Amino acid sequence: MNDNRIDRTLAELQKNNKKAFITYITAGDPDLETTRKTVLSLDKAGVDIIELGIPFSDPIADGPVIQRAVQRSLSGGCTVSGVFEIVKKVRKSITSPIVFMTYYNIVYRRGVSAFVRDAKRCGADGLIVPDLPLEESDELLKAASREDFRVIMLTSPTTSPGRFKKIASVSRGFIYHVSLTGVTGVRNTLSSGLKKDLSRLKKLSPIPLCVGFGISGPDKAAEVARFADGVIVGSAIIKIIEQNIEKRKEIPGKVGRFAEKIAAAVHAV
Amino acid sequence: MRKQLKKPDAEGYFGDFGGTYVPETLMYALDELKKAYFEITPSRSFKKKLKYYLETYAGRPTPLYFAEKLTRKFGGARIYLKREDLLHTGAHKINNTLGQIILASRMGKKRVIAETGAGQHGVATATAAALFGLECDVYMGTEDIERQSINVFRMKLLGARVIPVASGACTLKDAMNEAMRDWVARVRDTFYVIGSVAGPHPYPLMVRDFQSVIGHEVKKQVLKREGSLPTHLLACVGGGSNALGLFHPFYENREVKFVGVEAGGLGLRSGRHGAALIKGDVGVLHGSKSLVLENRDGQILLAHSVSAGLDYPGVGPEHAYYKKIKRAEYVSVTDTQAVEGVKMLSGEEGIIPALESAHAVAFLPKMIPGTRKKDIVVVCLSGRGDKDIGIIRENVRL
Repeated sequence: MNDNRIDRTLAELQKNNKKAFITYITAGDPDLETTRKTVLSLDKAGVDIIELGIPFSDPIADGPVIQRAVQRSLSGGCTVSGVFEIVKKVRKSITSPIVFMTYYNIVYRRGVSAFVRDAKRCGADGLIVPDLPLEESDELLKAASREDFRVIMLTSPTTSPGRFKKIASVSRGFIYHVSLTGVTGVRNTLSSGLKKDLSRLKKLSPIPLCVGFGISGPDKAAEVARFADGVIVGSAIIKIIEQNIEKRKEIPGKVGRFAEKIAAAVHAV
Repeated sequence: MRKQLKKPDAEGYFGDFGGTYVPETLMYALDELKKAYFEITPSRSFKKKLKYYLETYAGRPTPLYFAEKLTRKFGGARIYLKREDLLHTGAHKINNTLGQIILASRMGKKRVIAETGAGQHGVATATAAALFGLECDVYMGTEDIERQSINVFRMKLLGARVIPVASGACTLKDAMNEAMRDWVARVRDTFYVIGSVAGPHPYPLMVRDFQSVIGHEVKKQVLKREGSLPTHLLACVGGGSNALGLFHPFYENREVKFVGVEAGGLGLRSGRHGAALIKGDVGVLHGSKSLVLENRDGQILLAHSVSAGLDYPGVGPEHAYYKKIKRAEYVSVTDTQAVEGVKMLSGEEGIIPALESAHAVAFLPKMIPGTRKKDIVVVCLSGRGDKDIGIIRENVRL
C-alpha cells in the first residue's frame, strides 16, 4: 500500500478483521524519561497506535485530567524539541506508529512545514490538532502530503453528513471521531447517539473511523470497538499516571498492565 | 461604509489575522451564529429593539464631555471624554451584551455563558440575561474573584452563577478556556457571549459592530460641537473592544489618528505586562490568529496588569491588522502611570475612571505636547472606577 506506518498498521488490522487500540499520553508527564519508558511498555502491551500529546498551555479541548497532565509536563520543563528527542530514541525500538497530538499554536510557532519535517524526521507518523478545523487546515495538509505524513482530522456529533464527507475526502490515515459533545475525560456511560452516528458515518466514507473521548476502560472500549475501526483511550490512562505520580518508576509498568487489558478486550472484538 | 464591510473577509480574516481555530464540535455553532448574525442583526426589528434598550435601559447616547481643565492643564489639543463610564453597569460592555443577548433570545437559546476578567463583562452579561430571562453562567479566574469581589456579588445578585476557574494563572485567559470547554459540551442550547473583539469568527466582527455605537455617536457629537472630525482617538486596549468601537467608524477618515494604549504592567522590559501588540508574536489563541505573548515553543505567557480587564496575553485580530497596516499606533502605560491617571482625572475633572480607562488618560501627558491647539483628542472613558476603589486605595496615598 504505502510506507506510512499508520496506513500499514490499520490495513493489517483490517485484513485480520481486528480493531485498532490507540492510547494517548501527554509527553513529559511527569518527565520525558518516564514518557519514553511508558511508550515502550505501551508498545509491548499491544497498543496499535501511540498518540503522544505535546503539551500546550491552553488546551481548550481537554478536560481536567489532561489539563493537569499538561501542567505537570510544562512545569517539569517539557519542550517541543525534548518531545522530538525521545521519539527519536524510541523509534529504534518500537514498530508502532506514533501520532502527535497538539494545539495549532505549537505547530504554527515552529513553522508549519518545519514542524512536519522535524516530526517526520524524529520518527513520528502523523499529527492530530484538535483546534484546527477543515477550514484552516490547508497549509498543514499540504506540508504533510509533501512528507508522507498523516494529518488526522476530527469529526464530532455535530458534524453534518455533508461536512463529514468533505473532511473524509481530505483525510488520510484515519478519522478521529469525538464520541460526544464535550472535552476529553472519562465518562460513566457512552453517548447515547454514538452507535447510530457511527453506522451513519461508516456509510459515507471508507476511511477508518476511530473513536475517542470518554472511554473509561476495557468494557467500554470493547463496546465502542464493535461499531468503529478503532478506539482511543487517554484520560483513563493518565489517571494511572496521576495516581502514581510520587512513584514515577512504577508508571511504565502500571500503565502497561492497564493497556494490556484494554488491548485484549479490543482485539477480542 | 461598504468598504469597511470588506474586513473581515468571509473566512473572518483581517489581512493575516482572525480565522476560526476551534474544535470541530463548535464549527456547527459558529455556522449557526454567523447565519443568525448576518440575517437577524441587519433586520429592522432587531435594530429597533437594540436601539430601544440602548437608549431607555443602558443610557445612550453617552455624553461627549469637553474636559476644559485638563485641556488648559496641558495647553495643547482640546480634550474630549466619551463618557461610556456613565452607562448602566458602569462600562461600555453593556453595548455588546445587549446586542448578543437579544440575538441569543432570537435564536431561541435558553442559556448564556461568558468569561470575565475585571467582572465588567460578567456583570453586563448577567444584567442583560436577567432582563431577557436567560440562564447565565459566568466563568471567572479565582485570582480575579479575589480582586473583584464586589462584581462577583453583583453577578450573583443579578441571578448569574459565577464559576471559579483555578487553572493556569487563574485570570481572564483561563476563564476563557473554561468558557470554551463549557460551550463545547453544551453547544446545542448555549450561546457564548464573548466580551471582547477576540475569539473565532464572527465574534471579532460582531463585538466590534455592537461597540461601534461609541464611534458613531462621537462622530455626530464632535461634528456638532467643533464642526470638524477629531484629529486623535485614544483608548485603552486589552482585548480591544472599546478601542475598536471608537476607532472603527473613523476607519475611512485617514486624517484621524488612532492611538491604543496597552497595559505596560511593571514595565515592558520586566516581562510582566499585557502588551501583546507591542511585544507579542503572531500566534493562535482562543480561536483566532493574532498577536500573543508567547515563548519560543508557542506556550502562552502570563500577562500582568494592575487592571484585571487588561490582564490578557492576546488581543483582537483587527488590532493586529491595524498595527500591521499602520492604521493605528500602539503605546503602553505602566501600572504606576495608570494609577496616576486615576488621580489626575479625579482631581482635575471630578471623574474617577476604571483602571483600564485610566491607561488611556495616563497617556495624555505624553501625547498632548505633540499636538496643536486646534487639534481635537477624544479619549474613550470606557468604564468608571467604582469596581477598582479597593485596588486604587492600596496604591494611592492621600
